Amino acid sequence: MPGPDAVGIFARRHRHHPLEAAPWLVAVAAYFAFPSYLPLGAQILATILFALSADLVLGYAGIVTLGQAAFFGAGAYTTGLLAAHGWGEPITGLLAGAAAAALIGLLSGIVILRTTGLTLLMLTLVVASLLYEVINKASWLTGGDDGLQGMEVWPIFGRFRFDLFGQTAYFYCLIVLFLCWLVARRMVHSPFGRSLVGIRENVRRMHAIGAPVGGRRLVIYTISAALAGISGALIAQTTQFVALSFLSLDRSGTVLIMLIIGGVGRLYGAFIGVPLYMVAQDRFSEIDPVYWYFWIGLLMVLLVVFARGGVLGLIEELRSRDGARR
Amino acid sequence: MSPLALESRGLCRSFGALVVANMIDFRLEHGARHALIGPNGAGKTSFVELVTGALRPSSGHILLDGVDISHWSQAARVKRGLVRTFQITALFRRLSVLENVTLAICERFGIGGGLFRPVGRHRAAIEEAFALVERLGLADEALCPVNTLAYGRQRLVEIAVGLGLSPQVLLLDEPAAGVPSGESGTIIEVVESLPPDLALLIIEHDMDLVFRLAHRITVLVQGRVLVEGSPEAIAADPQVRRVYLGERVPV
Repeated sequence: MPGPDAVGIFARRHRHHPLEAAPWLVAVAAYFAFPSYLPLGAQILATILFALSADLVLGYAGIVTLGQAAFFGAGAYTTGLLAAHGWGEPITGLLAGAAAAALIGLLSGIVILRTTGLTLLMLTLVVASLLYEVINKASWLTGGDDGLQGMEVWPIFGRFRFDLFGQTAYFYCLIVLFLCWLVARRMVHSPFGRSLVGIRENVRRMHAIGAPVGGRRLVIYTISAALAGISGALIAQTTQFVALSFLSLDRSGTVLIMLIIGGVGRLYGAFIGVPLYMVAQDRFSEIDPVYWYFWIGLLMVLLVVFARGGVLGLIEELRSRDGARR
Repeated sequence: MSPLALESRGLCRSFGALVVANMIDFRLEHGARHALIGPNGAGKTSFVELVTGALRPSSGHILLDGVDISHWSQAARVKRGLVRTFQITALFRRLSVLENVTLAICERFGIGGGLFRPVGRHRAAIEEAFALVERLGLADEALCPVNTLAYGRQRLVEIAVGLGLSPQVLLLDEPAAGVPSGESGTIIEVVESLPPDLALLIIEHDMDLVFRLAHRITVLVQGRVLVEGSPEAIAADPQVRRVYLGERVPV
Protein backbone atom coordinates (compact mmCIF):
# COMPACT_ATOMS: atom_id res chain seq x y z
CA MET A 1 0.00 0.00 0.00
CA PRO A 2 2.85 2.48 0.56
CA GLY A 3 4.43 4.23 -2.37
CA PRO A 4 2.95 7.32 -3.94
CA ASP A 5 -0.03 7.51 -1.60
CA ALA A 6 2.11 7.47 1.53
CA VAL A 7 1.68 11.24 1.65
CA GLY A 8 -2.11 10.92 1.60
CA ILE A 9 -2.19 8.23 4.26
CA PHE A 10 0.12 10.22 6.48
CA ALA A 11 -1.86 13.42 5.93
CA ARG A 12 -5.13 11.73 6.90
CA ARG A 13 -3.82 10.23 10.10
CA HIS A 14 -5.33 12.88 12.37
CA ARG A 15 -8.88 12.29 11.15
CA HIS A 16 -11.42 10.87 13.54
CA HIS A 17 -11.80 7.13 13.67
CA PRO A 18 -15.32 5.74 14.30
CA LEU A 19 -14.01 3.86 17.34
CA GLU A 20 -13.20 7.15 18.98
CA ALA A 21 -16.92 7.68 19.56
CA ALA A 22 -17.00 4.57 21.76
CA PRO A 23 -15.99 6.14 25.10
CA TRP A 24 -18.63 8.84 24.72
CA LEU A 25 -21.37 6.43 23.77
CA VAL A 26 -20.44 4.25 26.74
CA ALA A 27 -20.51 7.31 29.01
CA VAL A 28 -24.00 8.30 27.86
CA ALA A 29 -25.22 4.70 28.06
CA ALA A 30 -23.82 4.40 31.59
CA TYR A 31 -25.95 7.37 32.62
CA PHE A 32 -29.09 5.43 31.81
CA ALA A 33 -27.82 2.01 32.85
CA PHE A 34 -26.53 2.93 36.32
CA PRO A 35 -28.63 5.83 37.60
CA SER A 36 -27.67 5.13 41.20
CA TYR A 37 -23.94 5.29 40.44
CA LEU A 38 -23.84 8.77 38.94
CA PRO A 39 -21.74 10.35 41.72
CA LEU A 40 -19.10 7.66 41.18
CA GLY A 41 -19.48 8.18 37.44
CA ALA A 42 -18.79 11.90 37.76
CA GLN A 43 -15.67 11.12 39.80
CA ILE A 44 -14.51 8.71 37.15
CA LEU A 45 -15.01 11.26 34.38
CA ALA A 46 -13.10 13.94 36.27
CA THR A 47 -10.33 11.47 37.06
CA ILE A 48 -10.07 10.50 33.40
CA LEU A 49 -9.23 14.14 32.74
CA PHE A 50 -6.57 13.96 35.46
CA ALA A 51 -5.07 10.84 33.88
CA LEU A 52 -5.24 12.48 30.46
CA SER A 53 -3.20 15.40 31.80
CA ALA A 54 -0.62 12.94 33.11
CA ASP A 55 -0.55 11.14 29.76
CA LEU A 56 0.40 14.34 27.96
CA VAL A 57 3.54 14.83 30.04
CA LEU A 58 4.46 11.20 30.66
CA GLY A 59 3.21 9.45 27.55
CA TYR A 60 3.96 12.11 25.00
CA ALA A 61 6.81 14.25 26.29
CA GLY A 62 8.36 11.45 28.36
CA ILE A 63 8.50 13.59 31.50
CA VAL A 64 8.15 11.18 34.40
CA THR A 65 6.34 12.94 37.21
CA LEU A 66 5.21 12.09 40.71
CA GLY A 67 3.84 15.55 41.34
CA GLN A 68 0.79 15.75 39.14
CA ALA A 69 -1.41 15.95 42.26
CA ALA A 70 0.09 19.38 42.99
CA PHE A 71 -1.80 20.80 40.03
CA PHE A 72 -4.89 18.77 40.75
CA GLY A 73 -4.89 20.15 44.30
CA ALA A 74 -4.08 23.68 43.21
CA GLY A 75 -7.09 23.67 40.92
CA ALA A 76 -9.33 22.16 43.58
CA TYR A 77 -8.28 24.58 46.32
CA THR A 78 -8.54 27.63 44.06
CA THR A 79 -12.06 26.75 42.98
CA GLY A 80 -12.95 25.64 46.49
CA LEU A 81 -11.71 28.82 48.13
CA LEU A 82 -13.61 30.96 45.65
CA ALA A 83 -16.80 28.97 46.29
CA ALA A 84 -16.32 29.15 50.06
CA HIS A 85 -15.83 32.92 49.93
CA GLY A 86 -18.79 33.97 47.90
CA TRP A 87 -17.94 33.16 44.29
CA GLY A 88 -19.60 29.85 43.47
CA GLU A 89 -20.05 30.37 39.74
CA PRO A 90 -18.86 27.02 38.36
CA ILE A 91 -17.45 27.93 34.91
CA THR A 92 -15.30 30.83 36.05
CA GLY A 93 -14.35 28.79 39.11
CA LEU A 94 -13.11 26.08 36.79
CA LEU A 95 -11.12 28.54 34.72
CA ALA A 96 -9.61 30.08 37.86
CA GLY A 97 -8.58 26.61 38.98
CA ALA A 98 -6.97 25.96 35.61
CA ALA A 99 -5.14 29.30 35.68
CA ALA A 100 -3.77 28.77 39.19
CA ALA A 101 -2.58 25.26 38.34
CA ALA A 102 -1.03 26.45 35.08
CA LEU A 103 0.80 29.24 36.89
CA ILE A 104 2.27 26.81 39.41
CA GLY A 105 3.15 24.45 36.57
CA LEU A 106 4.87 27.21 34.66
CA LEU A 107 6.84 28.61 37.60
CA SER A 108 7.92 25.22 38.95
CA GLY A 109 8.57 23.99 35.42
CA ILE A 110 11.00 26.81 34.71
CA VAL A 111 13.08 25.60 37.63
CA ILE A 112 12.75 21.83 37.58
CA LEU A 113 12.54 21.05 33.86
CA ARG A 114 16.21 21.90 33.53
CA THR A 115 16.77 18.40 34.86
CA THR A 116 15.67 15.05 33.48
CA GLY A 117 15.09 11.48 34.58
CA LEU A 118 15.36 10.55 38.22
CA THR A 119 16.36 14.04 39.35
CA LEU A 120 13.29 15.47 37.69
CA LEU A 121 11.13 12.78 39.25
CA MET A 122 12.38 13.76 42.71
CA LEU A 123 11.84 17.45 42.02
CA THR A 124 8.23 16.93 40.91
CA LEU A 125 7.74 15.15 44.20
CA VAL A 126 9.32 18.08 46.03
CA VAL A 127 7.02 20.62 44.37
CA ALA A 128 3.96 18.61 45.37
CA SER A 129 5.22 18.19 48.94
CA LEU A 130 5.97 21.90 49.26
CA LEU A 131 2.51 22.86 48.09
CA TYR A 132 1.01 20.25 50.41
CA GLU A 133 2.74 21.80 53.41
CA VAL A 134 1.91 25.36 52.40
CA ILE A 135 -1.77 24.49 52.25
CA ASN A 136 -1.52 22.49 55.46
CA LYS A 137 0.10 25.40 57.33
CA ALA A 138 -2.35 27.97 55.99
CA SER A 139 -5.13 26.29 57.93
CA TRP A 140 -6.78 29.64 58.75
CA LEU A 141 -7.61 29.82 55.04
CA THR A 142 -7.70 26.26 53.83
CA GLY A 143 -8.93 24.39 56.88
CA GLY A 144 -5.63 22.48 56.95
CA ASP A 145 -6.04 18.90 58.03
CA ASP A 146 -9.82 19.19 58.31
CA GLY A 147 -10.23 20.08 54.69
CA LEU A 148 -11.97 23.04 53.15
CA GLN A 149 -15.53 23.38 54.36
CA GLY A 150 -18.45 25.56 53.41
CA MET A 151 -18.25 25.56 49.63
CA GLU A 152 -21.32 26.83 47.91
CA VAL A 153 -21.40 26.07 44.21
CA TRP A 154 -24.03 27.94 42.22
CA PRO A 155 -26.14 26.34 39.52
CA ILE A 156 -24.47 26.08 36.12
CA PHE A 157 -25.51 29.02 33.92
CA GLY A 158 -27.82 29.88 36.80
CA ARG A 159 -30.09 27.00 35.77
CA PHE A 160 -28.71 23.55 36.47
CA ARG A 161 -28.36 22.85 40.19
CA PHE A 162 -25.96 20.22 41.45
CA ASP A 163 -28.52 17.68 42.66
CA LEU A 164 -28.22 14.92 45.19
CA PHE A 165 -28.31 12.16 42.57
CA GLY A 166 -25.38 13.59 40.66
CA GLN A 167 -27.20 14.00 37.35
CA THR A 168 -25.96 17.54 36.79
CA ALA A 169 -22.51 16.65 38.04
CA TYR A 170 -22.30 13.72 35.65
CA PHE A 171 -23.14 15.71 32.55
CA TYR A 172 -21.07 18.66 33.68
CA CYS A 173 -17.99 16.44 34.06
CA LEU A 174 -18.75 14.67 30.79
CA ILE A 175 -18.97 17.90 28.80
CA VAL A 176 -15.85 19.42 30.36
CA LEU A 177 -13.94 16.19 29.76
CA PHE A 178 -15.11 16.12 26.16
CA LEU A 179 -13.97 19.68 25.50
CA CYS A 180 -10.59 19.08 27.14
CA TRP A 181 -10.20 15.85 25.18
CA LEU A 182 -10.87 17.72 21.93
CA VAL A 183 -8.11 20.17 22.79
CA ALA A 184 -5.70 17.40 23.82
CA ARG A 185 -6.43 15.38 20.73
CA ARG A 186 -5.93 18.33 18.46
CA MET A 187 -2.68 19.08 20.22
CA VAL A 188 -1.12 15.62 19.99
CA HIS A 189 -1.65 15.62 16.23
CA SER A 190 -0.16 19.09 15.78
CA PRO A 191 3.49 19.63 14.91
CA PHE A 192 3.96 20.58 18.57
CA GLY A 193 2.49 17.28 19.75
CA ARG A 194 4.58 15.29 17.31
CA SER A 195 7.69 17.16 18.40
CA LEU A 196 6.94 16.05 21.97
CA VAL A 197 6.98 12.47 20.75
CA GLY A 198 10.27 13.31 19.06
CA ILE A 199 11.63 14.54 22.38
CA ARG A 200 10.51 11.33 24.03
CA GLU A 201 11.96 9.13 21.30
CA ASN A 202 15.28 10.90 20.86
CA VAL A 203 16.01 14.17 22.55
CA ARG A 204 19.49 14.51 20.98
CA ARG A 205 17.99 14.39 17.55
CA MET A 206 15.37 16.99 18.44
CA HIS A 207 18.21 19.33 19.40
CA ALA A 208 19.96 18.47 16.16
CA ILE A 209 16.96 19.36 14.02
CA GLY A 210 16.79 22.74 15.70
CA ALA A 211 13.84 22.28 18.06
CA PRO A 212 13.78 24.41 21.22
CA VAL A 213 13.43 21.37 23.45
CA GLY A 214 13.33 23.22 26.77
CA GLY A 215 10.57 25.54 25.62
CA ARG A 216 8.45 22.72 24.26
CA ARG A 217 8.72 20.78 27.50
CA LEU A 218 7.72 23.82 29.51
CA VAL A 219 4.68 24.48 27.32
CA ILE A 220 3.32 20.95 27.64
CA TYR A 221 4.08 20.87 31.37
CA THR A 222 2.04 24.05 31.81
CA ILE A 223 -0.85 22.86 29.65
CA SER A 224 -0.90 19.54 31.46
CA ALA A 225 -0.95 21.38 34.79
CA ALA A 226 -3.95 23.41 33.63
CA LEU A 227 -5.86 20.26 32.67
CA ALA A 228 -5.01 18.65 35.99
CA GLY A 229 -6.24 21.83 37.66
CA ILE A 230 -9.56 21.62 35.83
CA SER A 231 -9.87 18.01 36.93
CA GLY A 232 -9.29 18.94 40.56
CA ALA A 233 -11.73 21.81 40.29
CA LEU A 234 -14.38 19.48 38.85
CA ILE A 235 -14.07 17.13 41.80
CA ALA A 236 -14.12 20.02 44.25
CA GLN A 237 -17.29 21.44 42.70
CA THR A 238 -19.14 18.16 42.37
CA THR A 239 -18.29 16.87 45.86
CA GLN A 240 -18.32 20.34 47.45
CA PHE A 241 -15.28 19.42 49.46
CA VAL A 242 -11.51 19.72 49.19
CA ALA A 243 -9.04 17.89 51.40
CA LEU A 244 -5.27 17.78 51.77
CA SER A 245 -5.32 14.29 50.26
CA PHE A 246 -6.00 15.99 46.90
CA LEU A 247 -2.30 16.91 46.89
CA SER A 248 -0.91 13.65 48.23
CA LEU A 249 1.81 11.52 46.71
CA ASP A 250 -0.76 8.75 46.84
CA ARG A 251 -2.90 10.56 44.30
CA SER A 252 0.05 11.28 41.99
CA GLY A 253 1.01 7.63 42.11
CA THR A 254 -2.49 6.27 41.67
CA VAL A 255 -3.12 8.31 38.56
CA LEU A 256 0.03 6.84 37.02
CA ILE A 257 -1.13 3.34 37.91
CA MET A 258 -4.49 3.97 36.28
CA LEU A 259 -2.78 5.33 33.21
CA ILE A 260 -0.40 2.39 32.98
CA ILE A 261 -3.33 -0.03 33.26
CA GLY A 262 -4.96 1.65 30.29
CA GLY A 263 -1.81 2.26 28.26
CA VAL A 264 0.55 5.23 28.23
CA GLY A 265 1.06 7.66 25.34
CA ARG A 266 -2.07 6.76 23.42
CA LEU A 267 -4.54 9.41 24.59
CA TYR A 268 -7.13 6.69 25.29
CA GLY A 269 -5.31 4.88 28.07
CA ALA A 270 -7.00 7.20 30.56
CA PHE A 271 -10.44 6.26 29.23
CA ILE A 272 -9.80 2.59 29.90
CA GLY A 273 -7.50 2.57 32.92
CA VAL A 274 -9.42 5.00 35.11
CA PRO A 275 -12.87 3.32 34.90
CA LEU A 276 -11.25 -0.09 35.26
CA TYR A 277 -9.31 0.94 38.35
CA MET A 278 -12.09 2.90 40.00
CA VAL A 279 -14.79 0.33 39.36
CA ALA A 280 -12.45 -2.43 40.56
CA GLN A 281 -11.68 -0.37 43.64
CA ASP A 282 -15.39 0.15 44.26
CA ARG A 283 -16.15 -3.56 43.85
CA PHE A 284 -13.12 -4.94 45.67
CA SER A 285 -13.62 -2.64 48.63
CA GLU A 286 -17.17 -3.91 48.94
CA ILE A 287 -16.29 -7.59 48.61
CA ASP A 288 -13.12 -7.40 50.67
CA PRO A 289 -13.04 -4.14 52.64
CA VAL A 290 -9.77 -4.91 54.44
CA TYR A 291 -7.56 -6.34 51.74
CA TRP A 292 -8.89 -4.75 48.59
CA TYR A 293 -5.54 -3.09 47.92
CA PHE A 294 -4.07 -6.57 47.62
CA TRP A 295 -6.28 -7.32 44.63
CA ILE A 296 -5.36 -4.04 42.97
CA GLY A 297 -1.70 -4.94 43.56
CA LEU A 298 -2.20 -8.37 42.05
CA LEU A 299 -3.83 -6.80 39.01
CA MET A 300 -0.80 -4.54 38.64
CA VAL A 301 1.65 -7.43 38.86
CA LEU A 302 -0.21 -9.38 36.20
CA LEU A 303 -0.27 -6.34 33.98
CA VAL A 304 3.43 -5.65 34.31
CA VAL A 305 4.26 -9.29 33.59
CA PHE A 306 1.87 -9.93 30.72
CA ALA A 307 0.94 -6.55 29.26
CA ARG A 308 3.60 -3.87 29.59
CA GLY A 309 1.66 -1.52 27.34
CA GLY A 310 -1.51 -1.79 29.40
CA VAL A 311 -4.85 -2.82 27.99
CA LEU A 312 -4.37 -0.80 24.80
CA GLY A 313 -0.89 -2.21 24.34
CA LEU A 314 -2.30 -5.71 24.68
CA ILE A 315 -4.97 -5.01 22.07
CA GLU A 316 -2.38 -3.58 19.70
CA GLU A 317 -0.18 -6.63 20.14
CA LEU A 318 -3.03 -9.07 19.52
CA ARG A 319 -4.07 -7.15 16.42
CA SER A 320 -0.57 -7.10 14.98
CA ARG A 321 -0.20 -10.83 15.66
CA ASP A 322 -3.50 -11.41 13.96
CA GLY A 323 -2.32 -9.30 11.04
CA ALA A 324 0.93 -11.26 10.81
CA ARG A 325 -0.93 -14.56 10.64
CA ARG A 326 -2.94 -13.36 7.70
CA MET B 1 36.38 37.59 -0.57
CA SER B 2 33.46 35.92 1.15
CA PRO B 3 34.11 34.54 4.62
CA LEU B 4 34.50 30.86 5.23
CA ALA B 5 31.43 28.67 5.60
CA LEU B 6 32.71 27.31 8.88
CA GLU B 7 35.77 27.99 10.90
CA SER B 8 37.11 26.96 14.28
CA ARG B 9 39.84 28.91 16.02
CA GLY B 10 41.86 27.43 18.85
CA LEU B 11 39.06 25.06 19.79
CA CYS B 12 39.78 23.19 23.02
CA ARG B 13 37.83 20.79 25.14
CA SER B 14 38.91 18.34 27.78
CA PHE B 15 37.22 15.98 30.19
CA GLY B 16 39.56 15.93 33.17
CA ALA B 17 42.87 14.69 31.85
CA LEU B 18 41.40 13.53 28.56
CA VAL B 19 41.87 16.13 25.86
CA VAL B 20 39.40 15.58 23.02
CA ALA B 21 40.09 18.85 21.22
CA ASN B 22 43.45 20.52 21.41
CA MET B 23 43.72 23.92 19.71
CA ILE B 24 41.85 22.86 16.59
CA ASP B 25 42.06 25.43 13.80
CA PHE B 26 39.84 24.30 11.02
CA ARG B 27 38.55 26.03 7.90
CA LEU B 28 35.72 24.86 5.70
CA GLU B 29 35.11 26.79 2.50
CA HIS B 30 31.83 27.33 0.71
CA GLY B 31 31.22 24.43 -1.59
CA ALA B 32 33.93 22.36 0.07
CA ARG B 33 33.98 18.57 -0.08
CA HIS B 34 36.15 18.03 2.93
CA ALA B 35 36.87 14.84 4.82
CA LEU B 36 37.93 14.49 8.43
CA ILE B 37 39.75 11.26 9.15
CA GLY B 38 41.71 9.86 12.03
CA PRO B 39 42.04 6.75 14.16
CA ASN B 40 39.36 5.77 16.69
CA GLY B 41 39.28 8.16 19.62
CA ALA B 42 40.96 10.93 17.66
CA GLY B 43 38.15 13.31 18.60
CA LYS B 44 36.31 13.48 15.29
CA THR B 45 32.82 13.12 16.71
CA SER B 46 33.70 15.39 19.61
CA PHE B 47 34.67 18.01 17.05
CA VAL B 48 31.21 17.72 15.49
CA GLU B 49 29.59 17.99 18.91
CA LEU B 50 31.61 21.11 19.67
CA VAL B 51 30.82 22.76 16.37
CA THR B 52 27.09 22.04 16.57
CA GLY B 53 26.83 23.12 20.19
CA ALA B 54 26.00 19.78 21.79
CA LEU B 55 29.27 20.19 23.69
CA ARG B 56 30.56 23.49 25.03
CA PRO B 57 34.21 24.22 24.24
CA SER B 58 36.60 24.93 27.12
CA SER B 59 38.05 27.68 24.97
CA GLY B 60 38.21 28.81 21.37
CA HIS B 61 35.72 30.10 18.86
CA ILE B 62 33.43 28.76 16.17
CA LEU B 63 32.45 30.96 13.23
CA LEU B 64 29.64 30.26 10.81
CA ASP B 65 29.74 32.43 7.71
CA GLY B 66 32.04 34.79 9.59
CA VAL B 67 29.68 35.13 12.57
CA ASP B 68 30.88 33.99 15.98
CA ILE B 69 28.36 31.33 17.06
CA SER B 70 30.34 29.97 20.01
CA HIS B 71 27.59 30.85 22.46
CA TRP B 72 24.58 30.07 20.31
CA SER B 73 22.14 27.31 21.19
CA GLN B 74 22.04 24.19 19.08
CA ALA B 75 18.67 25.23 17.68
CA ALA B 76 19.95 28.65 16.60
CA ARG B 77 22.88 27.05 14.78
CA VAL B 78 20.57 24.67 12.94
CA LYS B 79 18.36 27.58 11.90
CA ARG B 80 21.41 29.18 10.32
CA GLY B 81 22.03 26.05 8.27
CA LEU B 82 24.59 24.16 10.35
CA VAL B 83 23.38 20.57 10.27
CA ARG B 84 24.83 17.27 11.39
CA THR B 85 23.99 13.60 11.12
CA PHE B 86 24.92 10.97 13.67
CA GLN B 87 27.51 8.23 13.55
CA ILE B 88 25.27 5.98 15.60
CA THR B 89 21.82 6.34 14.13
CA ALA B 90 19.78 8.78 16.21
CA LEU B 91 16.26 8.62 14.88
CA PHE B 92 12.74 8.59 16.27
CA ARG B 93 12.69 4.84 16.23
CA ARG B 94 9.01 4.15 16.63
CA LEU B 95 7.92 6.81 14.15
CA SER B 96 7.66 6.19 10.43
CA VAL B 97 10.39 7.14 7.99
CA LEU B 98 8.17 9.85 6.55
CA GLU B 99 7.40 11.30 9.96
CA ASN B 100 11.07 11.38 10.93
CA VAL B 101 11.79 13.60 7.96
CA THR B 102 8.58 15.60 8.35
CA LEU B 103 9.50 16.51 11.93
CA ALA B 104 12.76 18.01 10.68
CA ILE B 105 11.04 19.93 7.92
CA CYS B 106 8.40 21.28 10.31
CA GLU B 107 11.21 22.69 12.45
CA ARG B 108 12.81 24.27 9.41
CA PHE B 109 9.49 25.83 8.38
CA GLY B 110 9.19 27.23 11.89
CA ILE B 111 5.88 25.46 12.50
CA GLY B 112 7.25 22.88 14.93
CA GLY B 113 5.64 24.68 17.87
CA GLY B 114 2.21 24.99 16.24
CA LEU B 115 -0.35 23.73 18.73
CA PHE B 116 -3.56 23.38 16.85
CA ARG B 117 -3.37 22.68 13.14
CA PRO B 118 -2.68 18.97 12.58
CA VAL B 119 0.55 17.93 10.90
CA GLY B 120 -1.55 16.36 8.16
CA ARG B 121 -2.76 19.79 7.07
CA HIS B 122 0.78 21.00 6.52
CA ARG B 123 0.77 19.35 3.13
CA ALA B 124 3.82 21.21 1.81
CA ALA B 125 5.98 19.87 4.63
CA ILE B 126 4.82 16.30 4.10
CA GLU B 127 5.27 16.46 0.35
CA GLU B 128 8.77 17.82 0.66
CA ALA B 129 9.56 15.10 3.17
CA PHE B 130 8.26 12.44 0.85
CA ALA B 131 10.30 13.80 -2.07
CA LEU B 132 13.42 13.41 0.07
CA VAL B 133 12.43 9.93 1.20
CA GLU B 134 11.91 9.00 -2.43
CA ARG B 135 15.26 10.47 -3.44
CA LEU B 136 16.98 8.19 -0.95
CA GLY B 137 15.14 5.18 -2.34
CA LEU B 138 12.98 4.73 0.74
CA ALA B 139 9.56 5.38 -0.83
CA ASP B 140 8.36 1.83 -0.30
CA GLU B 141 9.20 2.04 3.38
CA ALA B 142 7.91 5.57 3.93
CA LEU B 143 5.20 4.49 6.37
CA CYS B 144 7.24 1.85 8.20
CA PRO B 145 8.48 2.59 11.68
CA VAL B 146 12.20 3.24 11.48
CA ASN B 147 13.03 0.42 13.89
CA THR B 148 11.61 -2.13 11.44
CA LEU B 149 14.15 -1.14 8.78
CA ALA B 150 17.50 -2.83 8.23
CA TYR B 151 20.32 -0.80 9.75
CA GLY B 152 21.71 0.15 6.37
CA ARG B 153 18.35 1.61 5.40
CA GLN B 154 18.21 3.51 8.69
CA ARG B 155 21.48 5.17 7.75
CA LEU B 156 19.75 6.59 4.71
CA VAL B 157 16.92 7.95 6.85
CA GLU B 158 19.60 9.55 8.98
CA ILE B 159 20.84 11.45 5.93
CA ALA B 160 17.29 12.31 4.81
CA VAL B 161 16.56 13.94 8.17
CA GLY B 162 19.72 16.02 7.81
CA LEU B 163 18.90 17.07 4.27
CA GLY B 164 15.37 18.01 5.34
CA LEU B 165 16.91 20.92 7.21
CA SER B 166 18.33 22.47 3.97
CA PRO B 167 21.86 22.67 5.30
CA GLN B 168 24.40 25.29 4.27
CA VAL B 169 27.06 23.38 6.15
CA LEU B 170 26.53 19.65 6.46
CA LEU B 171 28.51 17.49 8.84
CA LEU B 172 28.09 13.82 7.98
CA ASP B 173 29.40 11.67 10.81
CA GLU B 174 30.37 8.32 9.26
CA PRO B 175 27.38 8.10 6.91
CA ALA B 176 28.51 4.74 5.54
CA ALA B 177 29.16 3.06 8.91
CA GLY B 178 27.08 -0.09 9.01
CA VAL B 179 25.88 0.25 5.44
CA PRO B 180 26.27 -2.88 3.30
CA SER B 181 28.65 -2.17 0.43
CA GLY B 182 25.83 -2.67 -2.06
CA GLU B 183 24.01 0.33 -0.63
CA SER B 184 26.88 2.72 -0.09
CA GLY B 185 26.40 3.65 -3.74
CA THR B 186 23.19 5.45 -2.79
CA ILE B 187 25.11 7.51 -0.25
CA ILE B 188 27.73 8.45 -2.83
CA GLU B 189 25.01 9.45 -5.29
CA VAL B 190 23.28 11.60 -2.70
CA VAL B 191 26.49 13.31 -1.66
CA GLU B 192 27.45 13.94 -5.28
CA SER B 193 24.07 15.52 -5.98
CA LEU B 194 24.27 17.98 -3.08
CA PRO B 195 24.05 21.66 -4.08
CA PRO B 196 27.49 22.85 -5.21
CA ASP B 197 27.59 25.79 -2.78
CA LEU B 198 26.89 23.57 0.23
CA ALA B 199 29.92 23.03 2.42
CA LEU B 200 30.31 19.37 3.30
CA LEU B 201 32.43 17.88 6.03
CA ILE B 202 32.38 14.11 5.98
CA ILE B 203 33.85 11.96 8.71
CA GLU B 204 34.50 8.49 7.45
CA HIS B 205 36.56 5.38 7.95
CA ASP B 206 35.77 3.97 4.53
CA MET B 207 38.81 5.19 2.61
CA ASP B 208 37.33 4.38 -0.80
CA LEU B 209 34.47 6.73 -0.02
CA VAL B 210 36.78 9.42 1.34
CA PHE B 211 39.09 9.42 -1.65
CA ARG B 212 36.18 9.30 -4.01
CA LEU B 213 34.27 12.24 -2.50
CA ALA B 214 36.74 14.52 -0.79
CA HIS B 215 38.73 17.28 -2.43
CA ARG B 216 40.51 18.02 0.79
CA ILE B 217 41.34 15.95 3.86
CA THR B 218 42.18 16.80 7.44
CA VAL B 219 43.74 14.19 9.68
CA LEU B 220 42.95 14.40 13.36
CA VAL B 221 45.01 12.53 15.95
CA GLN B 222 44.50 12.76 19.71
CA GLY B 223 42.40 15.89 19.45
CA ARG B 224 44.97 17.67 17.31
CA VAL B 225 45.14 18.44 13.61
CA LEU B 226 48.04 16.33 12.34
CA VAL B 227 48.03 17.43 8.76
CA GLU B 228 45.72 18.85 6.11
CA GLY B 229 45.99 18.60 2.36
CA SER B 230 44.75 17.23 -0.92
CA PRO B 231 43.86 13.52 -1.04
CA GLU B 232 47.03 12.79 -2.99
CA ALA B 233 49.20 14.58 -0.46
CA ILE B 234 47.51 12.81 2.45
CA ALA B 235 47.83 9.41 0.83
CA ALA B 236 51.52 10.02 0.33
CA ASP B 237 52.20 11.55 3.73
CA PRO B 238 54.51 9.28 5.73
CA GLN B 239 53.22 10.60 9.07
CA VAL B 240 49.65 9.76 8.13
CA ARG B 241 50.67 6.33 6.96
CA ARG B 242 52.32 5.69 10.28
CA VAL B 243 49.53 6.80 12.63
CA TYR B 244 46.52 6.02 10.61
CA LEU B 245 46.83 3.81 7.60
CA GLY B 246 49.27 1.49 9.35
CA GLU B 247 52.88 0.77 8.67
CA ARG B 248 53.98 -1.59 6.03
CA VAL B 249 55.08 -4.70 7.83
CA PRO B 250 57.47 -7.00 6.06
CA VAL B 251 55.94 -10.43 5.80
